[in-house]
Amino acid sequence: MSAPILRVENVAKRFVTATGTVEALAETSIEVREGEFVAVIGPSGCGKSTLFNIIGGLDSADGGRVLVEGKPIAGSHRDIGMVFQEESTFPWRTVVENVAFPLEVAGMGRRAREEKAMRFVRLVGLDGFERRYPAELSGGMRQRTALARTLCAEPRILLMDEPFAALDEQTRMLLGEKLIEICQALKQTTLLITHNLSEAVQLSDRVLVMSFRPGRIKRTVAIDLPRPRTSDVIASERFASYLGTIWEDLKAEAAKGLAALETARRAPAGR
Amino acid sequence: MRALRAPKPLSPPPRLPAFFGYGRPVRTLLHAHRSAPALWGLAALALLAAALEALVRFGLVPKLVVAAPTETVVAIWRLAAEEGLLRALGATLLTAVAAVAAAAAAGLPAGYWLYKHPRFGLAYRNWLGALFAAPLVLVYPVVLVLFGRTYASTGFMGFVVGFVAIALYTREGFAAVSPTLVRVGRAFNLTPRQEFWKILLPAGAPMIFTGLRLGTIYALVNIIGVEYLINFGGLGFLVSETYDKFDTPGMYGAIVFVILVSGGMLWLLKRLQTWLRPA
Repeated sequence: MSAPILRVENVAKRFVTATGTVEALAETSIEVREGEFVAVIGPSGCGKSTLFNIIGGLDSADGGRVLVEGKPIAGSHRDIGMVFQEESTFPWRTVVENVAFPLEVAGMGRRAREEKAMRFVRLVGLDGFERRYPAELSGGMRQRTALARTLCAEPRILLMDEPFAALDEQTRMLLGEKLIEICQALKQTTLLITHNLSEAVQLSDRVLVMSFRPGRIKRTVAIDLPRPRTSDVIASERFASYLGTIWEDLKAEAAKGLAALETARRAPAGR
Repeated sequence: MRALRAPKPLSPPPRLPAFFGYGRPVRTLLHAHRSAPALWGLAALALLAAALEALVRFGLVPKLVVAAPTETVVAIWRLAAEEGLLRALGATLLTAVAAVAAAAAAGLPAGYWLYKHPRFGLAYRNWLGALFAAPLVLVYPVVLVLFGRTYASTGFMGFVVGFVAIALYTREGFAAVSPTLVRVGRAFNLTPRQEFWKILLPAGAPMIFTGLRLGTIYALVNIIGVEYLINFGGLGFLVSETYDKFDTPGMYGAIVFVILVSGGMLWLLKRLQTWLRPA
């Protein structure tokens, strides 16, 4: 078995809030091998996005470290590409200009970067829309533009934080299928942060279940569904069985999250 | 049971004469066409002008108080030919351009500084807002004492209001940039300079341009106002002069011309914004 390309070792993070210190992550460790698709799933407020920000170098950890090919990294790293949950395309740039953005920043000439960007525009199925502005596209198309932009920088590790969270279920499944196709074509190592069970099972080789606060990896579930995989896989018995297994672990954590949320809501205003 | 009658066919919508509306139905021109709002605006303006013309012609409004629109239009030509309207326009525009250039040179960096230092930004935002809403033209006696009856006085009055609008909107423009876009830049390892030029500035541009547009118009209005008050300079001075001579059509002509110049400047700035940031 190959050595992991990405290692997260005992990463911890605390936040100081008006009501006290919140331990968001405690001793969280993850390993991802080259070409592997790993999903991290957990209830709301378990520190998934904090973990995403720490791995991507947008936030610092209070303990532990992140290593790429065995070397510790600090800050954003060219081998890690990030796709965000929120709308992140640049509205003043066309699709192809958005996708070519990392090449422009790297100083590549206009013609060369547009040629290269067009390859990724085609890869995500947006050819014919390359001269359109994000405002002229659907939410799914905008998210594909953001994905193409990240892939255009050719990162060795693709880090995605609930990229389809704002989309409807059907679009989400179809885009999931597209993502599998792309990752298989590029042999792309991917770490997906999600709270959606079906999405995690549909896309991944392994699903890491996180506990509620403080977040840590509670269980790893290997997904042994055939590849190449399409959205049809959701009709299989094994898919349902994986969902059941993961939900068994997740249910207790989600209940804790819900209880914490309700307690916070019950607290008198101003406290 | 009675059989249902087929509905009467609707009569076709009225059509404009071919020479005017290219044979299109009136409803299409005034509702569906892209320039429909402008057409509605022009139609309302024409109606108001016609009503005013009738009121003045029939003596319901004294000619000394309000000039008939047709006389006002004729007066604009007279002002241009005999009273140095174009020279006055040149003087006002040059003063305004200098004032707005100085206001932008100071206001853009000031707005950015307030954004980069959120504590100061929050502290001074309300001050700037209050200044923006205040009738700053009233401080003209102080400026008159400082600079005398010169272009420096009119220009300075334009600069002050322009600066406040530009600094305020620049700060708001940068503050309104989506944090996700900034995070995208950080994920791509952008330098601070690249982050400014490639993300912050284009993302904040619509509001920054609003500040520039408002700053320009406020500066122009203030400059003309002070020119009027101190009897010096360009278009404001011309309005004051025609007023003093009881030349009512001339005065209204000059005022209409000022409105046209302001509208023209707004249109130019909007075109510039669209050219710089098409979406």
